[in-house]
Amino acid sequence: MAIKPNTAFLTSYRIYVAAFFVFLAAPLVAAGMFAFNDSVFPSLPWQGFTLDWFFNDTEPKLGMFHDRRLLRGLYYSFVIASFVSLLSVFVGTCNAFLFVRCKFPAKDFFYIMMVLPLVIPGVILGISILLLASNIANGAEEALSLDLDFLRPGIILVVLGQFSFITTITSLVIIARLKKFDESMEEAAFNLGASRVRVLRTITLPFLFPAMAAAGIVAFLVSFENFNTTLFLVGSEAPLTITMYDRMVKVGSTPVLNAVSFFLMIGSALLALVSILVQRDKPQT
Amino acid sequence: MMQKDIKRLSLILLFAPFALWIFLLIVLPHLGMFYISVREKVGPRMYEFGLGNYINFFTEPIYWNTLIRTGSMSLLVTALALLLGFPIAYYIAKIAGNRTRGALFLMCLIPLWVSDLIRAFGWILLLRETGIISSSLQWAGVINTPIEFLYNDAAVIMGLVYTVILFMIVPLVSTLDGMDNAMIEAGYNLGGNGPTVLRRIIIPYAMPGIVSGCIVVFMLTAGSYLTPILLGGKNSSWFTEQIYDQFITRYNWESGAAFGFLLLAFTSLVVWGGLKLSGQTLNSTVAKS
Repeated sequence: MAIKPNTAFLTSYRIYVAAFFVFLAAPLVAAGMFAFNDSVFPSLPWQGFTLDWFFNDTEPKLGMFHDRRLLRGLYYSFVIASFVSLLSVFVGTCNAFLFVRCKFPAKDFFYIMMVLPLVIPGVILGISILLLASNIANGAEEALSLDLDFLRPGIILVVLGQFSFITTITSLVIIARLKKFDESMEEAAFNLGASRVRVLRTITLPFLFPAMAAAGIVAFLVSFENFNTTLFLVGSEAPLTITMYDRMVKVGSTPVLNAVSFFLMIGSALLALVSILVQRDKPQT
Repeated sequence: MMQKDIKRLSLILLFAPFALWIFLLIVLPHLGMFYISVREKVGPRMYEFGLGNYINFFTEPIYWNTLIRTGSMSLLVTALALLLGFPIAYYIAKIAGNRTRGALFLMCLIPLWVSDLIRAFGWILLLRETGIISSSLQWAGVINTPIEFLYNDAAVIMGLVYTVILFMIVPLVSTLDGMDNAMIEAGYNLGGNGPTVLRRIIIPYAMPGIVSGCIVVFMLTAGSYLTPILLGGKNSSWFTEQIYDQFITRYNWESGAAFGFLLLAFTSLVVWGGLKLSGQTLNSTVAKS
Protein backbone atom coordinates (compact mmCIF):
# COMPACT_ATOMS: atom_id res chain seq x y z
CA MET A 1 0.00 0.00 0.00
CA ALA A 2 1.47 3.24 -1.07
CA ILE A 3 -0.92 5.67 0.53
CA LYS A 4 -2.75 5.20 3.80
CA PRO A 5 -5.78 7.40 3.37
CA ASN A 6 -8.74 7.45 5.72
CA THR A 7 -11.23 4.62 5.51
CA ALA A 8 -14.14 6.69 4.19
CA PHE A 9 -12.06 7.69 1.20
CA LEU A 10 -10.89 4.16 0.63
CA THR A 11 -14.45 2.82 0.80
CA SER A 12 -15.75 5.28 -1.77
CA TYR A 13 -12.73 4.51 -3.92
CA ARG A 14 -13.58 0.80 -3.75
CA ILE A 15 -17.20 1.54 -4.66
CA TYR A 16 -16.04 3.51 -7.68
CA VAL A 17 -13.83 0.63 -8.82
CA ALA A 18 -16.71 -1.83 -8.37
CA ALA A 19 -19.07 0.46 -10.30
CA PHE A 20 -16.52 0.66 -13.08
CA PHE A 21 -16.44 -3.09 -13.46
CA VAL A 22 -20.23 -3.23 -13.51
CA PHE A 23 -20.06 -0.66 -16.33
CA LEU A 24 -17.56 -2.87 -18.17
CA ALA A 25 -19.69 -5.97 -17.81
CA ALA A 26 -23.14 -4.45 -18.44
CA PRO A 27 -23.32 -4.52 -22.26
CA LEU A 28 -21.69 -7.93 -22.43
CA VAL A 29 -24.21 -9.39 -19.99
CA ALA A 30 -27.05 -7.72 -21.91
CA ALA A 31 -25.79 -9.11 -25.22
CA GLY A 32 -25.34 -12.58 -23.79
CA MET A 33 -28.43 -13.08 -21.69
CA PHE A 34 -31.10 -12.60 -24.35
CA ALA A 35 -29.67 -15.58 -26.20
CA PHE A 36 -31.59 -17.67 -23.65
CA ASN A 37 -34.83 -15.70 -23.60
CA ASP A 38 -37.81 -17.50 -25.11
CA SER A 39 -39.07 -14.53 -27.11
CA VAL A 40 -38.65 -13.25 -30.66
CA PHE A 41 -37.39 -9.88 -29.42
CA PRO A 42 -34.20 -9.37 -27.41
CA SER A 43 -35.89 -7.30 -24.73
CA LEU A 44 -37.60 -7.62 -21.36
CA PRO A 45 -39.86 -9.08 -20.01
CA TRP A 46 -38.15 -12.43 -19.49
CA GLN A 47 -40.20 -15.19 -21.14
CA GLY A 48 -38.37 -18.18 -19.79
CA PHE A 49 -35.21 -20.10 -20.58
CA THR A 50 -34.65 -21.65 -23.98
CA LEU A 51 -31.84 -22.96 -26.16
CA ASP A 52 -33.87 -22.46 -29.34
CA TRP A 53 -31.71 -19.58 -30.50
CA PHE A 54 -28.83 -22.00 -30.75
CA PHE A 55 -30.37 -25.28 -31.86
CA ASN A 56 -33.90 -24.80 -33.19
CA ASP A 57 -34.19 -25.61 -36.90
CA THR A 58 -37.40 -23.85 -37.96
CA GLU A 59 -38.48 -20.26 -38.50
CA PRO A 60 -39.34 -17.94 -36.81
CA LYS A 61 -36.88 -19.08 -34.15
CA LEU A 62 -34.09 -20.26 -36.39
CA GLY A 63 -31.13 -21.12 -34.19
CA MET A 64 -27.61 -19.98 -35.13
CA PHE A 65 -26.39 -23.53 -35.81
CA HIS A 66 -29.06 -23.90 -38.49
CA ASP A 67 -28.71 -20.43 -39.99
CA ARG A 68 -26.74 -21.07 -43.18
CA ARG A 69 -25.64 -17.47 -43.70
CA LEU A 70 -24.33 -17.08 -40.16
CA LEU A 71 -22.53 -20.43 -40.36
CA ARG A 72 -20.94 -19.41 -43.64
CA GLY A 73 -19.83 -16.15 -42.02
CA LEU A 74 -18.34 -18.11 -39.16
CA TYR A 75 -16.47 -20.32 -41.63
CA TYR A 76 -15.05 -17.38 -43.60
CA SER A 77 -14.05 -15.62 -40.39
CA PHE A 78 -12.24 -18.76 -39.34
CA VAL A 79 -10.38 -19.10 -42.64
CA ILE A 80 -9.41 -15.42 -42.69
CA ALA A 81 -8.31 -15.39 -39.06
CA SER A 82 -6.16 -18.51 -39.54
CA PHE A 83 -4.31 -17.04 -42.50
CA VAL A 84 -3.85 -13.67 -40.81
CA SER A 85 -2.58 -15.31 -37.66
CA LEU A 86 -0.02 -17.54 -39.44
CA LEU A 87 1.25 -14.74 -41.69
CA SER A 88 1.49 -12.14 -38.96
CA VAL A 89 3.30 -14.46 -36.54
CA PHE A 90 5.82 -15.31 -39.25
CA VAL A 91 6.52 -11.67 -40.13
CA GLY A 92 6.34 -10.69 -36.46
CA THR A 93 9.05 -13.22 -35.57
CA CYS A 94 11.27 -11.94 -38.39
CA ASN A 95 10.69 -8.39 -37.15
CA ALA A 96 11.64 -9.39 -33.62
CA PHE A 97 15.00 -10.78 -34.74
CA LEU A 98 15.48 -7.77 -36.99
CA PHE A 99 14.91 -5.17 -34.28
CA VAL A 100 16.44 -6.98 -31.31
CA ARG A 101 19.48 -8.63 -32.89
CA CYS A 102 20.49 -6.60 -35.94
CA LYS A 103 22.18 -3.26 -36.22
CA PHE A 104 21.33 -1.16 -39.24
CA PRO A 105 21.06 2.52 -40.12
CA ALA A 106 17.88 4.49 -39.27
CA LYS A 107 16.68 1.75 -36.93
CA ASP A 108 14.62 4.14 -34.80
CA PHE A 109 12.87 5.43 -37.88
CA PHE A 110 12.00 1.92 -39.03
CA TYR A 111 10.81 1.04 -35.55
CA ILE A 112 8.33 3.91 -35.66
CA MET A 113 7.25 2.75 -39.12
CA MET A 114 6.59 -0.65 -37.62
CA VAL A 115 4.39 0.75 -34.84
CA LEU A 116 2.57 3.16 -37.14
CA PRO A 117 -0.07 0.77 -38.58
CA LEU A 118 -1.53 0.43 -35.10
CA VAL A 119 -2.51 4.09 -34.91
CA ILE A 120 -3.73 4.57 -38.49
CA PRO A 121 -7.54 4.45 -38.41
CA GLY A 122 -8.77 1.07 -39.63
CA VAL A 123 -11.13 2.69 -42.12
CA ILE A 124 -8.22 4.47 -43.82
CA LEU A 125 -6.13 1.29 -43.97
CA GLY A 126 -9.03 -0.48 -45.63
CA ILE A 127 -9.65 2.30 -48.14
CA SER A 128 -6.03 2.81 -49.11
CA ILE A 129 -5.48 -0.88 -49.74
CA LEU A 130 -8.73 -1.11 -51.68
CA LEU A 131 -7.74 1.86 -53.86
CA LEU A 132 -4.28 0.51 -54.62
CA ALA A 133 -5.52 -2.99 -55.40
CA SER A 134 -8.35 -1.74 -57.61
CA ASN A 135 -6.07 0.63 -59.49
CA ILE A 136 -3.56 -2.12 -60.17
CA ALA A 137 -6.32 -4.49 -61.22
CA ASN A 138 -7.90 -1.87 -63.50
CA GLY A 139 -4.54 -0.95 -64.97
CA ALA A 140 -3.69 -4.57 -65.66
CA GLU A 141 -7.02 -5.13 -67.29
CA GLU A 142 -6.74 -2.10 -69.57
CA ALA A 143 -3.09 -2.34 -70.52
CA LEU A 144 -2.53 -6.08 -70.60
CA SER A 145 -6.14 -7.32 -70.55
CA LEU A 146 -5.15 -9.43 -67.57
CA ASP A 147 -7.84 -10.34 -65.12
CA LEU A 148 -6.23 -10.10 -61.69
CA ASP A 149 -9.15 -11.40 -59.73
CA PHE A 150 -7.33 -11.66 -56.41
CA LEU A 151 -6.99 -7.86 -56.30
CA ARG A 152 -10.75 -7.42 -56.29
CA PRO A 153 -12.53 -7.23 -52.93
CA GLY A 154 -12.57 -10.69 -51.42
CA ILE A 155 -10.88 -12.97 -48.93
CA ILE A 156 -7.33 -12.22 -50.07
CA LEU A 157 -7.74 -8.47 -49.69
CA VAL A 158 -9.40 -8.91 -46.29
CA VAL A 159 -6.47 -11.04 -45.14
CA LEU A 160 -3.96 -8.48 -46.42
CA GLY A 161 -5.85 -5.58 -44.85
CA GLN A 162 -6.05 -7.20 -41.43
CA PHE A 163 -2.48 -8.48 -41.69
CA SER A 164 -1.27 -4.92 -42.32
CA PHE A 165 -1.98 -3.79 -38.75
CA ILE A 166 -2.13 -7.05 -36.81
CA THR A 167 1.54 -7.69 -37.66
CA THR A 168 2.42 -4.70 -35.49
CA ILE A 169 0.73 -6.38 -32.53
CA THR A 170 2.44 -9.73 -33.04
CA SER A 171 5.80 -8.02 -33.55
CA LEU A 172 5.49 -6.10 -30.29
CA VAL A 173 4.59 -9.25 -28.33
CA ILE A 174 7.44 -11.31 -29.78
CA ILE A 175 9.97 -8.47 -29.48
CA ALA A 176 9.18 -8.14 -25.77
CA ARG A 177 9.94 -11.83 -25.27
CA LEU A 178 13.10 -11.93 -27.37
CA LYS A 179 14.51 -9.03 -25.35
CA LYS A 180 14.37 -11.17 -22.22
CA PHE A 181 16.47 -13.85 -23.86
CA ASP A 182 19.88 -14.36 -22.34
CA GLU A 183 22.28 -14.48 -25.28
CA SER A 184 24.89 -16.34 -23.28
CA MET A 185 22.71 -19.44 -23.69
CA GLU A 186 23.25 -19.25 -27.45
CA GLU A 187 26.95 -18.63 -26.98
CA ALA A 188 27.23 -21.66 -24.75
CA ALA A 189 25.63 -23.77 -27.46
CA PHE A 190 27.98 -22.35 -30.10
CA ASN A 191 30.95 -23.13 -27.87
CA LEU A 192 29.73 -26.69 -27.56
CA GLY A 193 29.94 -26.89 -31.33
CA ALA A 194 26.30 -26.49 -32.37
CA SER A 195 25.54 -25.03 -35.78
CA ARG A 196 23.59 -21.81 -36.26
CA VAL A 197 20.46 -23.59 -37.46
CA ARG A 198 20.63 -26.08 -34.61
CA VAL A 199 20.96 -23.33 -32.00
CA LEU A 200 17.98 -21.54 -33.49
CA ARG A 201 15.92 -24.71 -33.54
CA THR A 202 16.81 -26.14 -30.14
CA ILE A 203 17.36 -23.04 -28.01
CA THR A 204 16.09 -19.73 -29.37
CA LEU A 205 12.81 -20.81 -30.97
CA PRO A 206 11.66 -22.96 -28.02
CA PHE A 207 12.26 -19.93 -25.80
CA LEU A 208 10.22 -17.74 -28.15
CA PHE A 209 7.46 -20.26 -28.70
CA PRO A 210 5.12 -19.13 -25.87
CA ALA A 211 5.19 -15.56 -27.19
CA MET A 212 4.63 -16.77 -30.74
CA ALA A 213 1.66 -18.85 -29.69
CA ALA A 214 0.18 -16.01 -27.64
CA ALA A 215 0.74 -13.57 -30.50
CA GLY A 216 -0.96 -16.00 -32.86
CA ILE A 217 -4.00 -16.25 -30.61
CA VAL A 218 -4.23 -12.49 -30.21
CA ALA A 219 -3.94 -12.09 -33.99
CA PHE A 220 -6.67 -14.67 -34.49
CA LEU A 221 -9.04 -12.89 -32.11
CA VAL A 222 -8.35 -9.40 -33.43
CA SER A 223 -8.91 -10.64 -36.97
CA PHE A 224 -12.11 -12.41 -35.97
CA GLU A 225 -13.61 -9.32 -34.42
CA ASN A 226 -12.33 -6.75 -36.90
CA PHE A 227 -14.93 -4.68 -38.67
CA ASN A 228 -13.58 -1.31 -39.80
CA THR A 229 -10.85 -2.50 -42.13
CA THR A 230 -12.78 -5.52 -43.35
CA LEU A 231 -15.83 -3.47 -44.32
CA PHE A 232 -14.13 -1.96 -47.37
CA LEU A 233 -12.31 -5.05 -48.57
CA VAL A 234 -15.05 -7.60 -48.28
CA GLY A 235 -16.37 -9.31 -51.38
CA SER A 236 -19.12 -11.89 -51.54
CA GLU A 237 -17.51 -14.04 -48.86
CA ALA A 238 -18.55 -11.97 -45.84
CA PRO A 239 -17.02 -12.88 -42.49
CA LEU A 240 -19.18 -13.13 -39.39
CA THR A 241 -18.96 -9.53 -38.14
CA ILE A 242 -20.07 -8.21 -41.51
CA THR A 243 -22.91 -10.75 -41.73
CA MET A 244 -24.06 -9.79 -38.23
CA TYR A 245 -23.93 -6.10 -39.03
CA ASP A 246 -25.93 -6.68 -42.19
CA ARG A 247 -28.53 -8.59 -40.25
CA MET A 248 -28.69 -5.91 -37.57
CA VAL A 249 -29.22 -3.14 -40.10
CA LYS A 250 -31.63 -4.95 -42.40
CA VAL A 251 -33.65 -7.21 -40.10
CA GLY A 252 -33.15 -5.38 -36.83
CA SER A 253 -31.94 -7.00 -33.67
CA THR A 254 -33.06 -10.59 -33.22
CA PRO A 255 -32.07 -12.97 -30.43
CA VAL A 256 -30.10 -15.09 -32.87
CA LEU A 257 -27.56 -12.27 -32.85
CA ASN A 258 -27.43 -12.64 -29.08
CA ALA A 259 -26.76 -16.32 -29.51
CA VAL A 260 -23.87 -15.56 -31.88
CA SER A 261 -22.56 -12.94 -29.45
CA PHE A 262 -22.67 -15.41 -26.59
CA PHE A 263 -20.94 -18.06 -28.68
CA LEU A 264 -18.19 -15.60 -29.70
CA MET A 265 -17.70 -14.33 -26.15
CA ILE A 266 -17.22 -17.85 -24.82
CA GLY A 267 -14.87 -18.70 -27.69
CA SER A 268 -12.78 -15.58 -27.18
CA ALA A 269 -12.64 -16.10 -23.44
CA LEU A 270 -11.33 -19.64 -23.88
CA LEU A 271 -8.71 -18.56 -26.42
CA ALA A 272 -7.64 -15.62 -24.26
CA LEU A 273 -7.24 -18.00 -21.34
CA VAL A 274 -5.06 -20.29 -23.45
CA SER A 275 -2.91 -17.35 -24.51
CA ILE A 276 -2.38 -16.36 -20.89
CA LEU A 277 -1.53 -19.92 -19.88
CA VAL A 278 1.05 -20.44 -22.62
CA GLN A 279 2.70 -17.14 -21.83
CA ARG A 280 2.97 -17.77 -18.14
CA ASP A 281 6.66 -18.18 -17.32
CA LYS A 282 7.60 -21.63 -16.19
CA PRO A 283 10.26 -21.60 -13.49
CA GLN A 284 13.56 -21.58 -15.35
CA THR A 285 16.04 -24.21 -14.38
CA MET B 1 35.01 -12.47 -43.40
CA MET B 2 32.65 -15.45 -43.56
CA GLN B 3 31.02 -14.35 -40.32
CA LYS B 4 30.39 -10.91 -41.74
CA ASP B 5 28.74 -12.29 -44.87
CA ILE B 6 26.41 -14.41 -42.79
CA LYS B 7 25.46 -11.38 -40.75
CA ARG B 8 24.72 -9.38 -43.85
CA LEU B 9 22.75 -12.18 -45.43
CA SER B 10 20.62 -12.66 -42.32
CA LEU B 11 20.02 -8.93 -42.10
CA ILE B 12 18.75 -8.90 -45.67
CA LEU B 13 16.62 -11.99 -45.11
CA LEU B 14 15.07 -10.50 -41.98
CA PHE B 15 14.61 -7.08 -43.50
CA ALA B 16 12.80 -8.38 -46.59
CA PRO B 17 9.48 -9.38 -44.93
CA PHE B 18 9.45 -6.16 -42.93
CA ALA B 19 10.10 -4.05 -46.01
CA LEU B 20 7.51 -5.89 -48.09
CA TRP B 21 4.90 -5.47 -45.38
CA ILE B 22 5.49 -1.80 -44.66
CA PHE B 23 6.09 -0.80 -48.25
CA LEU B 24 3.36 -2.75 -50.04
CA LEU B 25 0.61 -2.52 -47.44
CA ILE B 26 1.25 0.79 -45.68
CA VAL B 27 3.47 3.20 -47.66
CA LEU B 28 2.39 2.41 -51.20
CA PRO B 29 -1.39 2.41 -50.52
CA HIS B 30 -1.11 5.77 -48.78
CA LEU B 31 0.94 7.24 -51.61
CA GLY B 32 -1.68 5.91 -54.00
CA MET B 33 -4.44 7.42 -51.95
CA PHE B 34 -2.66 10.75 -51.98
CA TYR B 35 -2.24 10.54 -55.74
CA ILE B 36 -5.93 9.86 -56.24
CA SER B 37 -6.89 12.66 -53.88
CA VAL B 38 -5.08 15.29 -55.95
CA ARG B 39 -6.66 14.50 -59.26
CA GLU B 40 -9.93 15.84 -60.56
CA LYS B 41 -12.40 14.19 -62.84
CA VAL B 42 -12.86 16.31 -65.94
CA GLY B 43 -14.74 13.78 -68.02
CA PRO B 44 -15.39 10.06 -68.23
CA ARG B 45 -12.04 8.42 -67.51
CA MET B 46 -10.31 11.79 -67.84
CA TYR B 47 -8.42 13.21 -64.91
CA GLU B 48 -6.13 16.12 -64.32
CA PHE B 49 -4.04 17.26 -61.40
CA GLY B 50 -5.74 19.67 -59.04
CA LEU B 51 -6.60 20.40 -55.46
CA GLY B 52 -10.31 20.55 -56.17
CA ASN B 53 -11.20 17.76 -53.75
CA TYR B 54 -9.52 19.56 -50.90
CA ILE B 55 -10.98 22.94 -51.85
CA ASN B 56 -14.37 21.30 -51.98
CA PHE B 57 -13.90 20.15 -48.40
CA PHE B 58 -13.13 23.63 -47.13
CA THR B 59 -15.90 25.38 -49.04
CA GLU B 60 -18.60 22.98 -47.93
CA PRO B 61 -19.30 23.74 -44.25
CA ILE B 62 -20.96 20.40 -43.58
CA TYR B 63 -17.70 18.57 -44.34
CA TRP B 64 -15.34 20.53 -42.17
CA ASN B 65 -17.93 20.90 -39.45
CA THR B 66 -18.12 17.13 -39.27
CA LEU B 67 -14.35 16.89 -39.00
CA ILE B 68 -14.23 19.53 -36.25
CA ARG B 69 -17.06 17.78 -34.46
CA THR B 70 -15.33 14.40 -34.71
CA GLY B 71 -12.10 15.94 -33.46
CA SER B 72 -13.61 17.75 -30.49
CA MET B 73 -15.74 14.79 -29.46
CA SER B 74 -12.68 12.56 -29.70
CA LEU B 75 -10.77 14.94 -27.44
CA LEU B 76 -13.65 14.85 -24.96
CA VAL B 77 -13.67 11.04 -25.07
CA THR B 78 -9.91 11.00 -24.51
CA ALA B 79 -10.19 13.32 -21.51
CA LEU B 80 -13.03 11.27 -20.03
CA ALA B 81 -11.15 8.03 -20.56
CA LEU B 82 -8.16 9.49 -18.75
CA LEU B 83 -10.22 10.86 -15.85
CA LEU B 84 -12.20 7.65 -15.41
CA GLY B 85 -9.35 5.30 -16.17
CA PHE B 86 -6.58 6.81 -14.06
CA PRO B 87 -8.12 5.93 -10.67
CA ILE B 88 -8.75 2.38 -11.89
CA ALA B 89 -5.17 2.01 -13.12
CA TYR B 90 -3.86 3.43 -9.86
CA TYR B 91 -6.03 1.06 -7.87
CA ILE B 92 -4.79 -1.94 -9.84
CA ALA B 93 -1.13 -0.94 -9.72
CA LYS B 94 -0.81 0.42 -6.19
CA ILE B 95 -3.75 -0.35 -3.90
CA ALA B 96 -5.05 -3.80 -4.80
CA GLY B 97 -3.40 -6.76 -3.10
CA ASN B 98 -1.14 -9.03 -5.09
CA ARG B 99 -3.82 -11.64 -5.71
CA THR B 100 -6.65 -9.31 -6.76
CA ARG B 101 -4.32 -7.24 -8.93
CA GLY B 102 -3.94 -9.86 -11.64
CA ALA B 103 -7.62 -10.68 -11.61
CA LEU B 104 -8.67 -7.04 -11.90
CA PHE B 105 -6.21 -6.45 -14.73
CA LEU B 106 -7.58 -9.45 -16.61
CA MET B 107 -11.14 -8.24 -16.05
CA CYS B 108 -10.16 -4.92 -17.60
CA LEU B 109 -9.03 -6.79 -20.70
CA ILE B 110 -12.21 -8.84 -21.15
CA PRO B 111 -14.04 -6.35 -23.40
CA LEU B 112 -10.93 -6.24 -25.59
CA TRP B 113 -11.60 -9.82 -26.67
CA VAL B 114 -15.17 -9.04 -27.64
CA SER B 115 -15.97 -7.51 -31.00
CA ASP B 116 -16.88 -3.83 -31.28
CA LEU B 117 -20.09 -4.96 -32.86
CA ILE B 118 -21.15 -7.08 -29.88
CA ARG B 119 -20.31 -4.32 -27.41
CA ALA B 120 -22.36 -1.81 -29.38
CA PHE B 121 -25.16 -4.37 -29.70
CA GLY B 122 -25.14 -4.81 -25.91
CA TRP B 123 -25.43 -1.06 -25.41
CA ILE B 124 -28.31 -0.90 -27.87
CA LEU B 125 -30.18 -3.58 -25.91
CA LEU B 126 -29.60 -1.63 -22.70
CA LEU B 127 -30.36 1.87 -23.90
CA ARG B 128 -33.08 1.71 -26.54
CA GLU B 129 -36.70 2.59 -25.96
CA THR B 130 -37.69 -1.01 -25.27
CA GLY B 131 -34.33 -1.70 -23.68
CA ILE B 132 -33.40 -3.00 -20.26
CA ILE B 133 -32.83 0.36 -18.55
CA SER B 134 -36.02 1.93 -19.84
CA SER B 135 -38.18 -1.08 -18.94
CA SER B 136 -36.57 -1.49 -15.51
CA LEU B 137 -37.22 2.16 -14.73
CA GLN B 138 -40.83 1.75 -15.83
CA TRP B 139 -41.19 -1.37 -13.74
CA ALA B 140 -39.78 0.46 -10.72
CA GLY B 141 -42.26 3.25 -11.30
CA VAL B 142 -39.68 5.98 -11.84
CA ILE B 143 -41.00 6.81 -15.30
CA ASN B 144 -44.36 6.26 -16.96
CA THR B 145 -43.53 6.12 -20.64
CA PRO B 146 -40.55 4.44 -22.27
CA ILE B 147 -37.52 6.67 -22.73
CA GLU B 148 -35.15 6.52 -25.68
CA PHE B 149 -31.57 6.74 -24.40
CA LEU B 150 -30.03 5.95 -27.77
CA TYR B 151 -29.29 8.18 -30.75
CA ASN B 152 -27.84 11.17 -28.95
CA ASP B 153 -24.33 12.50 -28.40
CA ALA B 154 -24.21 11.31 -24.80
CA ALA B 155 -24.81 7.71 -25.89
CA VAL B 156 -22.09 8.00 -28.54
CA ILE B 157 -19.59 9.45 -26.09
CA MET B 158 -20.36 6.83 -23.47
CA GLY B 159 -20.09 4.02 -26.01
CA LEU B 160 -16.77 5.36 -27.27
CA VAL B 161 -15.34 5.76 -23.76
CA TYR B 162 -16.38 2.19 -23.08
CA THR B 163 -14.67 0.96 -26.24
CA VAL B 164 -11.36 2.73 -25.74
CA ILE B 165 -10.83 2.99 -21.99
CA LEU B 166 -8.84 -0.25 -21.90
CA PHE B 167 -6.20 1.31 -24.11
CA MET B 168 -5.85 4.02 -21.49
CA ILE B 169 -5.75 1.70 -18.49
CA VAL B 170 -3.19 -0.78 -19.81
CA PRO B 171 -0.28 1.65 -20.44
CA LEU B 172 -1.12 3.48 -17.18
CA VAL B 173 -0.97 0.29 -15.15
CA SER B 174 2.38 -0.64 -16.66
CA THR B 175 3.96 2.77 -15.95
CA LEU B 176 2.51 3.03 -12.45
CA ASP B 177 3.64 -0.51 -11.76
CA GLY B 178 7.22 0.51 -12.34
CA MET B 179 6.97 3.34 -9.84
CA ASP B 180 8.68 2.83 -6.50
CA ASN B 181 6.25 3.20 -3.59
CA ALA B 182 9.03 4.86 -1.63
CA MET B 183 8.68 7.91 -3.87
CA ILE B 184 5.07 8.36 -2.79
CA GLU B 185 5.90 7.78 0.86
CA ALA B 186 8.73 10.28 0.65
CA GLY B 187 6.26 12.83 -0.67
CA TYR B 188 4.02 12.27 2.34
CA ASN B 189 6.92 12.31 4.78
CA LEU B 190 8.00 15.66 3.43
CA GLY B 191 4.60 17.01 4.41
CA GLY B 192 2.68 16.76 1.14
CA ASN B 193 -1.01 15.90 1.25
CA GLY B 194 -2.86 13.62 -1.18
CA PRO B 195 -3.52 16.09 -4.00
CA THR B 196 0.01 17.50 -3.83
CA VAL B 197 1.59 14.07 -4.01
CA LEU B 198 -0.69 13.22 -6.94
CA ARG B 199 0.15 16.42 -8.79
CA ARG B 200 3.85 16.71 -8.07
CA ILE B 201 4.97 13.07 -7.93
CA ILE B 202 2.55 10.55 -9.37
CA ILE B 203 1.34 12.39 -12.46
CA PRO B 204 4.80 13.54 -13.63
CA TYR B 205 6.05 9.99 -13.19
CA ALA B 206 3.12 8.53 -15.12
CA MET B 207 3.39 11.10 -17.94
CA PRO B 208 4.77 8.72 -20.60
CA GLY B 209 1.93 6.31 -19.87
CA ILE B 210 -0.65 9.08 -19.89
CA VAL B 211 0.55 10.47 -23.21
CA SER B 212 0.81 7.07 -24.84
CA GLY B 213 -2.68 6.12 -23.65
CA CYS B 214 -4.10 9.43 -24.87
CA ILE B 215 -2.55 9.07 -28.33
CA VAL B 216 -3.88 5.58 -28.88
CA VAL B 217 -7.30 6.46 -27.46
CA PHE B 218 -7.58 9.60 -29.58
CA MET B 219 -6.59 7.84 -32.80
CA LEU B 220 -8.93 4.94 -32.14
CA THR B 221 -11.84 7.25 -31.34
CA ALA B 222 -11.38 9.54 -34.31
CA GLY B 223 -11.06 6.55 -36.61
CA SER B 224 -13.94 4.58 -35.15
CA TYR B 225 -16.88 3.86 -37.36
CA LEU B 226 -19.19 1.32 -35.83
CA THR B 227 -19.89 2.81 -32.40
CA PRO B 228 -20.94 6.31 -33.55
CA ILE B 229 -23.16 4.84 -36.27
CA LEU B 230 -24.91 2.26 -34.14
CA LEU B 231 -25.31 4.35 -30.99
CA GLY B 232 -25.71 7.73 -32.68
CA GLY B 233 -28.04 6.71 -35.46
CA LYS B 234 -28.22 8.45 -38.79
CA ASN B 235 -27.35 11.86 -37.40
CA SER B 236 -24.19 10.98 -35.55
CA SER B 237 -22.17 12.78 -38.29
CA TRP B 238 -18.86 11.10 -37.64
CA PHE B 239 -16.17 11.85 -40.18
CA THR B 240 -15.48 8.21 -41.03
CA GLU B 241 -19.15 7.95 -41.98
CA GLN B 242 -18.61 10.82 -44.39
CA ILE B 243 -15.67 8.93 -45.92
CA TYR B 244 -17.70 5.76 -46.26
CA ASP B 245 -20.47 7.77 -47.85
CA GLN B 246 -18.14 9.27 -50.48
CA PHE B 247 -16.71 5.88 -51.34
CA ILE B 248 -19.60 3.51 -51.24
CA THR B 249 -22.76 5.58 -51.67
CA ARG B 250 -21.56 8.29 -54.06
CA TYR B 251 -18.76 6.28 -55.61
CA ASN B 252 -16.63 9.42 -55.55
CA TRP B 253 -13.22 7.89 -54.85
CA GLU B 254 -11.27 11.10 -55.46
CA SER B 255 -13.08 13.02 -52.79
CA GLY B 256 -13.18 10.01 -50.44
CA ALA B 257 -9.41 9.68 -50.72
CA ALA B 258 -9.02 13.39 -49.99
CA PHE B 259 -11.23 13.04 -46.92
CA GLY B 260 -9.24 10.06 -45.74
CA PHE B 261 -6.07 12.05 -46.05
CA LEU B 262 -7.59 14.99 -44.21
CA LEU B 263 -8.59 12.73 -41.33
CA LEU B 264 -5.08 11.31 -41.19
CA ALA B 265 -3.49 14.76 -41.35
CA PHE B 266 -5.86 16.19 -38.77
CA THR B 267 -5.38 13.40 -36.24
CA SER B 268 -1.59 13.43 -36.74
CA LEU B 269 -1.60 17.18 -36.17
CA VAL B 270 -3.52 16.79 -32.91
CA VAL B 271 -1.16 14.03 -31.73
CA TRP B 272 1.86 16.13 -32.69
CA GLY B 273 0.44 19.09 -30.77
CA GLY B 274 -0.21 16.88 -27.75
CA LEU B 275 3.36 15.59 -27.81
CA LYS B 276 4.77 19.12 -28.05
CA LEU B 277 2.55 20.33 -25.20
CA SER B 278 3.49 17.47 -22.90
CA GLY B 279 7.17 17.56 -23.83
CA GLN B 280 7.17 13.88 -24.86
CA THR B 281 8.24 12.21 -28.07
CA LEU B 282 6.78 9.31 -30.01
CA ASN B 283 9.85 7.30 -29.01
CA SER B 284 9.33 7.84 -25.29
CA THR B 285 5.65 6.86 -25.37
CA VAL B 286 3.90 4.72 -27.96
CA ALA B 287 7.03 3.43 -29.65
CA LYS B 288 8.85 2.81 -26.38
CA SER B 289 11.23 -0.03 -27.08
